[in-house]
Amino acid sequence: MLTKEQILTWLEEVKDPEIPVLSLIDLGVITDVTVSENDEKVTVEMTPTFSGCPAMDYMKRNVEEVLAKNGVQNFEVRMSFDKPWDSNKISEKGKIALKNFGLAPPPEYNLILDLDILEHVNCPYCNSDNTDLKTPFGPTLCRSMHYCNNCRQMFEQFKPL
Amino acid sequence: MNTEALKDLLYKIADDQLILGHRNSEWTGFGPILEEDIAFSSMAQDKLGHSLAFYSLLHELGESDPDTIAFTRNANQFHNSQLVELPIGEYDFSLIRHFLFDNAEILRFDMLTRSSYTPITTVATKLKGEVKYHVLHANTMIKQLGSSTEEAIGRLQNSLNEALPYALGIFEPSKYEAELIADGIYEGEEKLKAAWLENIKKVLSQTQLELPDLTTITPKNGGRYGEHTEHLQPLLDEMAEVFKIDPTAEW
Repeated sequence: MLTKEQILTWLEEVKDPEIPVLSLIDLGVITDVTVSENDEKVTVEMTPTFSGCPAMDYMKRNVEEVLAKNGVQNFEVRMSFDKPWDSNKISEKGKIALKNFGLAPPPEYNLILDLDILEHVNCPYCNSDNTDLKTPFGPTLCRSMHYCNNCRQMFEQFKPL
Repeated sequence: MNTEALKDLLYKIADDQLILGHRNSEWTGFGPILEEDIAFSSMAQDKLGHSLAFYSLLHELGESDPDTIAFTRNANQFHNSQLVELPIGEYDFSLIRHFLFDNAEILRFDMLTRSSYTPITTVATKLKGEVKYHVLHANTMIKQLGSSTEEAIGRLQNSLNEALPYALGIFEPSKYEAELIADGIYEGEEKLKAAWLENIKKVLSQTQLELPDLTTITPKNGGRYGEHTEHLQPLLDEMAEVFKIDPTAEW
């Protein structure tokens, strides 16, 4: 009998293609996994980080491939906004992985986005908060660009959403 | 629930996003500075994602699939406001349009988070967070450039005067306005316009730009009913060029 835990372990292998150190589980985009009792059908529920993110289709295909590779025959991967993603859904492990990758992790916040949250980001290289927001847009939809006045380097942040 | 009214609402929102998304993408590779090139390109990508979300809601209501809706209609079947179809012009015009449009869009999404039609509230709740970044970008740039050099202020003022009649066309009431309000689906264009005006005034008051007297301006309406400027059809032809040659093409 397949279990949710077993499937989640397999899915650890699927990474965000733009941030290859971060698994989809740690990113928080896998919102549910169910195994139906009668026919062992596996349903994986996913939700996009940003609605226009071109990597989502790719991630969905990777999830399907991992299920197939592990011998699951009857499965469905569904993408919806039913449990919408926000940046608080990134796990602690995921935040550490982001920082080690050189991306400032999004701060835990009350989901009311104001300028203060974006303007005082800790530099992932030297931890200083003497940083400036340069632009709320970056090389991918989920990143903003900042400058650290302490270590004098540009860095990117995974944007709070 | 009046399905026709609901579809009309979804079409105008989705079409605004698709067309402005396409216009924003025309800045890719041409932005005046790298950060603005990236900003307009990112917003283009977001807006296409937003239009997909709303076209998907239409698909659930029995309309064609999102690609067919996006790529096979002619200009007179589009419900976008004329503001979004205008050419990108120079950077000052695109910035002013982005400021005027996104300040309305975020309030529209906020209203829709309270809609009686649950599928809309789900989508609006998600997208509101993304549009916040668009508004943050627009307001920051307007505040900075709108109080900088004489040339910047003069250019922005001209673009504001030019764009404003079209921006008022965003709020052209639908023929289903009363039903949408009565059913609790949408709070209506009048209310949206009032809230929008208050917000853009707040930003403009921190600059040397002046909001023209709105009572002297005739809104450029018609877009919501399929009447468009000569600029929309060429945009659609370009956007759908590959799809029309080969609808199954992948890239």
